[in-house]
Amino acid sequence: MKHWYMLTLVGADQPGIVAALTEALYRDGGNLGEASMVRLGGNFTIMLMLESPAGSATLRALVEGAIEQFDLRVHIDEIQAQLHQHPQPNVQVVVHGADRAGIVAEVTGALARAGLNILDLESEVGGTQAHPLYIMLLQGHVAGGAAVLEPALAVVRKRGVEVQLTAIDTLIG
Amino acid sequence: MAVLTILHYPDARLKGVSVPVEVFDAGLQTLVADLLDTMNAAPGCVGLAAPQVNYFQRIVIVDVSPRKGSTHHGRLILINPEILETTGSSVGREGCLSVPDYTGNVQRAERIRLRARDVHGATVEYDCEGYEARAVQHELDHLDGLLFLDRLVSRKYDLFLRKVYKK
Repeated sequence: MKHWYMLTLVGADQPGIVAALTEALYRDGGNLGEASMVRLGGNFTIMLMLESPAGSATLRALVEGAIEQFDLRVHIDEIQAQLHQHPQPNVQVVVHGADRAGIVAEVTGALARAGLNILDLESEVGGTQAHPLYIMLLQGHVAGGAAVLEPALAVVRKRGVEVQLTAIDTLIG
Repeated sequence: MAVLTILHYPDARLKGVSVPVEVFDAGLQTLVADLLDTMNAAPGCVGLAAPQVNYFQRIVIVDVSPRKGSTHHGRLILINPEILETTGSSVGREGCLSVPDYTGNVQRAERIRLRARDVHGATVEYDCEGYEARAVQHELDHLDGLLFLDRLVSRKYDLFLRKVYKK
């Protein structure tokens, strides 16, 4: 019987990590589901859904070669998961401003209290070391649409960050 | 009148090129009526192309009128449509009845000039813009075997870090 697992791997970014990992999983009958793989601060991070007949201890042994070769840290959880379960976002929020602690907490706290369910969030620190710039993009769904979030974001804007709220109007044809 | 079965990618039939309509008869009118029923049966759907329901003729219907605030011509029935002119471009989120459970951002012309035949064979021309222009372009792609997946510019976001060039 196959189970879904969430594999989390982190290591210094270098070529070949994805290929080595997925090759090992594929050879043993694993089927990949959804994945997020991104470089964060010089580290390559992987969150990967895997459907496999193997137990978590066996999976660990399967990826041991890739772990050693690339000096990765790995975490494996058996999860309840289903494919084809994508709620569509109806709002996008772009936040940017001088980097400081607390921006994410302030913005997402205000949005959560207004009813937003975040489906995806990415952030970067750009600019220069002397003047770091924080940029965050998130998409989510809120009953009632973008207008519901405007009052919450007005409070955040007073604290010195730029916030752009855009309705996502997905064309279905 | 009938709600037709939608083909789903990766059905290879969706990648074929449809042929022009040459006979404007009662059969064509019945097919157009069925296309309208099929589109209206899908919540939120603003367009449909004949190849999506296994008819490989150059027929599309578009109706973005339920969307508030957009400029439109109401219900468009476009037989043998061709785009004569395009201007501008914009990126917008698209999904498709033939590609369930996935949406992505696609770049389209902002305004198009369009020539087609109506259901009786008369030549019609439209100037479409914005959301309606996007819907027309999405549906016309189906006639040439193209899905919005073939034109994805990004999955979710359209803000990218600027590349830093060394001096």
